[in-house]
Amino acid sequence: MVPLADKLFVLGCVLALAGLGLATAATWSPYLAGALIGVLSWLSFYLVGKPIGTSTTYVRVFGMLARLVAPRTVAENEYMRETGIKVEWQMLVVFGVLLGGLVSALAAGTFGLRWVPDFWTATFGAAIWPRLMVALFGGFLVGFGARWADGCTSGHGISGALQLAVVGWIGAICFFVGGIVMAMLLYSGGGGAG
Amino acid sequence: MRTRGAATGELLVGLGIGLLFGLALHRSGVTNPDVIINQLLLRDMTVVKVMMSAVVVGGLGIYIMHHLGLVELHIREAAVGSTVIGGLIFGVGFALLGYCPGTAVAAVGEGRLDALFGGVIGMLLGAFAFAMVHPRVRGVLKMGSMGKQTLWGLLRVPPLVAMVAVSVIIGGLFWWFEVVGL
Repeated sequence: MVPLADKLFVLGCVLALAGLGLATAATWSPYLAGALIGVLSWLSFYLVGKPIGTSTTYVRVFGMLARLVAPRTVAENEYMRETGIKVEWQMLVVFGVLLGGLVSALAAGTFGLRWVPDFWTATFGAAIWPRLMVALFGGFLVGFGARWADGCTSGHGISGALQLAVVGWIGAICFFVGGIVMAMLLYSGGGGAG
Repeated sequence: MRTRGAATGELLVGLGIGLLFGLALHRSGVTNPDVIINQLLLRDMTVVKVMMSAVVVGGLGIYIMHHLGLVELHIREAAVGSTVIGGLIFGVGFALLGYCPGTAVAAVGEGRLDALFGGVIGMLLGAFAFAMVHPRVRGVLKMGSMGKQTLWGLLRVPPLVAMVAVSVIIGGLFWWFEVVGL
């Protein structure tokens, strides 16, 4: 049995998503969007007693997929055992983010399949394969680094920082220091058409 | 013990929060990797504005609720070996990819295929690689541990006072962004 309040909460969120998605401007002030994320953090602390995060879900999803082909490797891995390879709260948050992005883009009329972002084309050209290879490598470092640091831009940069946790502020500063140095090296010539 | 029903309710609440989180990420523009790269090149402050607005609104609300005994804090451990090294690795990947673990997922929803075939798959592999090396790097992760430290704990001031002070500083930063047109 699911408590009625939780069903009503999700119904409210779906209606709010649809309403805000359809009835508001296709781009929001970043201050307004950030304030909404802040309100969502109140809800996650108050209703489920957990801060919003995303990157642990990558361990769990990989564990679930890997379990299909190599169940022993997953069962014997200490880190995955500690993390717990199961469907839990954060995984549904991440799934919601996927749906939220989809509904928001459809409602704004900006949904479209794209392979190569503009910043990449401006520096390295429009070929798809080089972009995918570098994105795969970049994604690998992001996933690896997020687990090494025990959090990402949402778990440390938002949920940690808003609790004034030292780990949140140091983490966010290091994400940006690494990112700024690397971006300056790679794109300061053409860049994101800035 | 948690009943099965309560757990399902929790999952539903997660889905609802995720839906609105995805909406906010998409409409603010941060699912667009051009916005991320321009932020890292310090030409556009959108990402910082979104994050710091969430910190002010979220933090003030949570510290007021905490003061009233309505919520508990969830502070994770800080350690130089974990937070700094992991953070820098993350940052390098962030600049190569143009997405972070949250925005990549919303960007997939928006139709960005490099976020899926590059970003999400790369992140899954990276998370797995970390799980594999974890037993061998445990010692490094603990280096320079500071425990579950907070800014107000370091400064020895009441939590709400620190939160208001941080909000004022962030407000000043926003004012400066608007003055110089960033």
